[in-house]
Amino acid sequence: MREVAILGVGQTKFGELWDRSFREIGIEAGFAALQSSKLSSRDLSALYIGNMASGTYIDQEHVAPLVLDYSGLAGHHLPSVRVEAGGASGAVALHQGYLAVASGLYDFVVVGGAEKMTDVPEERGSAIASSAVDQEWETVFGATMPGLWALIAQRHMHEHGTKREDFAQMAVLDHEHAGKNPFAHYRNKISLDAVLSSTPVASPLGMLDCAPSSDGAAAVVLGPLERARKFTDTPIKISASQIATDTMAVMHRRDVTTLDATVLAAKRAFQRSGLEPSKIQLAEVHDSYSIGGLIALEDLGFFPKGKAGGALADGGLGLGGKLVLNPSGGLKAQGQPFGAVGIAQVAEIVRQLRGEAGDRQVSGATAGLAHNVGGTGATAVVTILERVN
Amino acid sequence: MSVARFWRETLRRYNLGGSKCTECGKVYFPPRSVCPHCTTHRKTMGRLEPVQLSGEGEVFSYSVVHEAADGFEMQVPYVLALVRMKEGPILTAQLVDVDPKDVAIGMPVKAAFRKLKAEGAGGVIHYGYKFAPVLSPTEKVG
Repeated sequence: MREVAILGVGQTKFGELWDRSFREIGIEAGFAALQSSKLSSRDLSALYIGNMASGTYIDQEHVAPLVLDYSGLAGHHLPSVRVEAGGASGAVALHQGYLAVASGLYDFVVVGGAEKMTDVPEERGSAIASSAVDQEWETVFGATMPGLWALIAQRHMHEHGTKREDFAQMAVLDHEHAGKNPFAHYRNKISLDAVLSSTPVASPLGMLDCAPSSDGAAAVVLGPLERARKFTDTPIKISASQIATDTMAVMHRRDVTTLDATVLAAKRAFQRSGLEPSKIQLAEVHDSYSIGGLIALEDLGFFPKGKAGGALADGGLGLGGKLVLNPSGGLKAQGQPFGAVGIAQVAEIVRQLRGEAGDRQVSGATAGLAHNVGGTGATAVVTILERVN
Repeated sequence: MSVARFWRETLRRYNLGGSKCTECGKVYFPPRSVCPHCTTHRKTMGRLEPVQLSGEGEVFSYSVVHEAADGFEMQVPYVLALVRMKEGPILTAQLVDVDPKDVAIGMPVKAAFRKLKAEGAGGVIHYGYKFAPVLSPTEKVG
């Protein structure tokens, strides 16, 4: 098996991009990724696209060849594959590209992620989002996506003494970082009080605990590490890309306050990379709901169970800290175009490891971790990236 | 949800019909055809038997939902809960006949047969289980 490197990354701004179509944002991200490497589209073997729900958001399936076509590559007749895994579609797509390059079957591939979520009204958007959980035994009984995360939060508070303020801090931190990220959906700062008093959605979660619906796309170019220097001065090695799964419904989990899929994906990823949590200087974690970010810190191994709340409340996870959490602004503030999330997390870590993150640069970063979740934790993907010297 | 898609699960949704592994005795809801608990789970394939849950349980977790699920708009705010049944499995369901302020983890509840939602103005009405607090003999409704 070959080592795989990321040779280039690109992404669009995330937000309400009403003047831009799905294919336009897909192409922009893909070309930006190619341009940040020295690769030409002629060098490519395949395209992968992570996308959760184009069929319901924009009534368009079969989006992989569509984006390839409008990228001017239809004449190359490349394999072009869409990958779906709920909100983890992006990182699962990345895993497919990683496998293909690692195996030697393909040399250079583009892995993109895209979602166009704001063409539908808000209520319709919420219904589509909840199609990533069990429609027959959860949503049909009145469950919503924030409602299910709220059930996890309430139980976490009960069992581990976590406070409402602890996970509210996650949103505050995200907004602080997003102010320094030109791609972010929301660049304003928010106060702890603003989160605590935000419009209730599903107690204990308020509106400012919830990541937005965003349009956006991101892409990375992958190739074999041994040939990477020809195409970039700063190849970033994929030290691990691990997927784990769990029960579809929250009610069936071994422990409602733990995402076992995250625990296992992280364990395998650390094993594979030979690293441990203390060696990671920055992490992009899946905080579609603030409580998800808190639990991720525990499940990934950064803090013992029940201790992430205190760590968030104490601060110290911002820029300048030993572990910098969500320098991009996370799902909450950078935005949450489902299929693009997992790729955008990886793109941010690559920019950081290359030293190209501008005002939000984590100084001297050599290793970063991305954590992408589908549904309420039925899929979790952990990707570990390292700078190569 | 289409009529047929809802209809084929009505037995389970109306009567709390689960399944029980004949190897290890663990009870599942909704019913499963393979036991995820038995280590040699292949052996259990087709060897789970139907079992009806008693409807008795306790609140395992809860949330007061203000932004409704599709079709539940007229019910906000409503209490969504995880209910741990006496037989073991945990269900996702609404709590009814209770002030959201009075809900607590550990509270005993019992299944109630209720209207879940309607498919728009002219569509079918879906029925199923919700859970209500168990009242002690001295308490009165209303």
